[in-house]
Amino acid sequence: MADLRSNFVGIKSPNPFWLASAPPTDKEYNVVRAFKAGWGGVVWKTLGEDPPVVNSSSRYGAIHYGPDRMIGFNNIELISDRPLEINLREIKQVKRDWPDRAMVVSLMVPCEETSWKSILARVEETGADAVELNFGCPHGMSERGMGSAVGQVPEYVEMVARWCKAHTRMPVLVKLTPNVTSILGPARAAAAGGADGVSLINTINSITGVDLDEMAPQPTVDGKGTHGGYCGPAVKPIALHMVAEIARDPKTRGLPISGIGGIATWRDAAEFMALGAGTVQVCTAAMHYGFKIVDDMIDGLSNWMDEKGYASLDQLVGRAVPNVTDWQYLNLNYKIVARIDPELCITCGLCHIACEDTAHQAIAALKNEGKRRYEVIDAECVGCNLCMHVCPVPGCITMMKYGESEPYLNWTQHPANPMRKAAE
Amino acid sequence: MSRKMTTGPAPDIAAGRLPAEAYLANFEADAKEPLDVSQAVVEASRCYFCYDAPCIEACPTGIDIPNFIRKIQTGNLKGSATTILEQNIFGGACARVCPTEVLCERACVRNLAEDKPVAIGLLQRYATDFLFERGIQPFQRAPRTGKRIAVVGGGPAGLSCAHRLAMLGHDVTVFEARPKLGGLNEYGIAAYKVPQDFAQTEVEFVLSIGGIEARTGVALGRDMSLAQLRQDFDAVFLGIGLAGVNALQAEGEGLQGVIDAVAYIAELRQAKDKARLPVGRRVVVIGGGNTAIDIAVQTKRLGAEDVTIVYRRGPEHMGATWHEQEFAQVNGVKIKHWARPVRVIGENGRATQAEFEYTALDAGGRLVGTNSGFVIPADQVFKAIGQTFIADPVLAGAAEPLEIRNGRILVDQARATSLPGVYAGGDCVSGVDLTVAAVEDGKIAAHSIDRFLRGLQAAA
Repeated sequence: MADLRSNFVGIKSPNPFWLASAPPTDKEYNVVRAFKAGWGGVVWKTLGEDPPVVNSSSRYGAIHYGPDRMIGFNNIELISDRPLEINLREIKQVKRDWPDRAMVVSLMVPCEETSWKSILARVEETGADAVELNFGCPHGMSERGMGSAVGQVPEYVEMVARWCKAHTRMPVLVKLTPNVTSILGPARAAAAGGADGVSLINTINSITGVDLDEMAPQPTVDGKGTHGGYCGPAVKPIALHMVAEIARDPKTRGLPISGIGGIATWRDAAEFMALGAGTVQVCTAAMHYGFKIVDDMIDGLSNWMDEKGYASLDQLVGRAVPNVTDWQYLNLNYKIVARIDPELCITCGLCHIACEDTAHQAIAALKNEGKRRYEVIDAECVGCNLCMHVCPVPGCITMMKYGESEPYLNWTQHPANPMRKAAE
Repeated sequence: MSRKMTTGPAPDIAAGRLPAEAYLANFEADAKEPLDVSQAVVEASRCYFCYDAPCIEACPTGIDIPNFIRKIQTGNLKGSATTILEQNIFGGACARVCPTEVLCERACVRNLAEDKPVAIGLLQRYATDFLFERGIQPFQRAPRTGKRIAVVGGGPAGLSCAHRLAMLGHDVTVFEARPKLGGLNEYGIAAYKVPQDFAQTEVEFVLSIGGIEARTGVALGRDMSLAQLRQDFDAVFLGIGLAGVNALQAEGEGLQGVIDAVAYIAELRQAKDKARLPVGRRVVVIGGGNTAIDIAVQTKRLGAEDVTIVYRRGPEHMGATWHEQEFAQVNGVKIKHWARPVRVIGENGRATQAEFEYTALDAGGRLVGTNSGFVIPADQVFKAIGQTFIADPVLAGAAEPLEIRNGRILVDQARATSLPGVYAGGDCVSGVDLTVAAVEDGKIAAHSIDRFLRGLQAAA
């Protein structure tokens, strides 16, 4: 049985599954329910200075795809709209009642040292394990010079991180916004400021849709809408990329990462961890299905780790990072072609039409005594994978190694590259 | 063979066997529940949008099925219905009565992966219902050509032809012998397949394109002749169906209580109050096609206690699909295979029992009797053993006779008969006896007539 216990920058939790700072972690009632369900920790919904913010009615937008609900989700909710005192009292109580669970407190106050100093002291009194600096929310608070307005300026990130490290003994995590051209700027700044780790991604700036009757963006508040933070399964690839960039950058390599972004299953979690995340944070999936999903996350990760022979999380974390590289180092002598298993093929023809209309005309549509058959033309196939992806039957189209093995040759060495390095 | 004369109890034929609300449930509710919005979206999302889709090939009218299903997915229901109706103007009826299990749904590639095809018929109903509920006629007539065409027969073949001709700009007169248009959709198909007067809703939809004049109660051979129509109109389409029924050719056929199923169904369909229809306590149906299933299930639903279909061959030989047979069985109908009628036994001129002989195939594969059999008590015996084409009305008083072959009007690929300017389709020509095939005949004939009238050569 794999050991799922996590020690992330000194924050201990029985498993690496935390609930992200968001509506599910706004009050004691919810957090206690989450802990009862088995969540390893929470990042309490962002606290700010009193008076509390006011939230709008109509807060969430969603992308539904076919019968699947909420493959993408966005929100225009601000930070906690409850008085600071109540939040702090509840945090203290919950940490006391659930000492083995991670209690991280998310914070967002104006960019002034006194503001940070003052709130840090109050959080420390609760016995919380750590703080997470919310430099990520792209909506509402950013208009007031907080959230992503800070996270988008590396100098601010570094400055605030440094203040916080100076004014608390608690570990400091910096939550990064993906609304930047390169995640490395703010990530390096957080590291330079002394942050103990980073958590990412926060939500992506978005409009989920347009109500075509009201001619207004969604979610719509009394006929008007505004950009909100996008999350849910659809954002996972963006998050994975950013996590990997931090994990392999020489300046941030080794910086602890709490992975966030569309994590709904143990498999998603394993992927984040393979790319370097020490813990993962979940929100949308819990908002969709409730807290019970953690049962399969724990169970599934543990069973999979047993199957793969990983005894503990440290054996898994970062395991795929060495295989993330730049395009220029990919082996251009590696050739694959598609293979269609005629036993599994249901003759829908999607591979053919995808290749014929939009790719390389490498799949022939044949008819033999009225029976359809699709066949790969090896000479035309470039091994792009498109047919494999459109095929609705799992395992029907696979990509096979093609031709004689030739020695590794990347773009920096390639004869077609005018800038290639001379052979050594 | 035992020919013992058994005397059964006196015939028990009565109306009003059921409480009033049972008739509503049995005849005015859909045999298959329509899909609601979320069911339709889920089902539509199961369609793979196949390239060169096998379902299209399997549809006699060639509806672009993946395209109409995609339009359901995107919420373009008017577009979806139009995609259906542009190939099959009776897409609403066909969604309800087509044996999809042997047509589009059998071809669905999902069968290969999971034995569960996309519910194409139900999706087609979902899309077409949307259009009918809003009374939208998505088609417009081309500029009028001034040509006039007589369509004889107001069933699916005739009305399909009429609608397409009207679209193409021609003026059409439909002659129908019965009081209402609709043909078998109105008079022949089981009530629960097209409840709530759907057949007339659809007829009104077809006519709403304009340019179609309907004359009901006018019969070919009685009120007019083909020769006269050819003189008065620029072209003629014959969609006159099958007017005759096969005889049992068994002793006792003349007894009271031995009934032609087609006539009974027509009466049932027109009866406003189903409780007034007399039905036997014990009913025997002879035959193996859809008419046999329809009469058996409907008599059961009228309150018959025991209904037995007897068919001379096996289940795989029945004209009714396995799906239809199962439907009958679920409705409490018993199906006995491999037996043929010997005679109907009566008392005082009224049927009381039916006697059958077991059948088998001989070494040469021919159906033979086995000299043993059984007798079933029967207050009513329904004959559902096929319909026949009656040629007299089209031949009456013709100098140039229409060519008949194999008991049907002879047509070529273009649905042209042996007489110039005369076209035919539906059950009165050879081919499968399905509504969808009749609609396709009418559509093809309309285009052939259009080419003929425009002086173009009809495609072979």
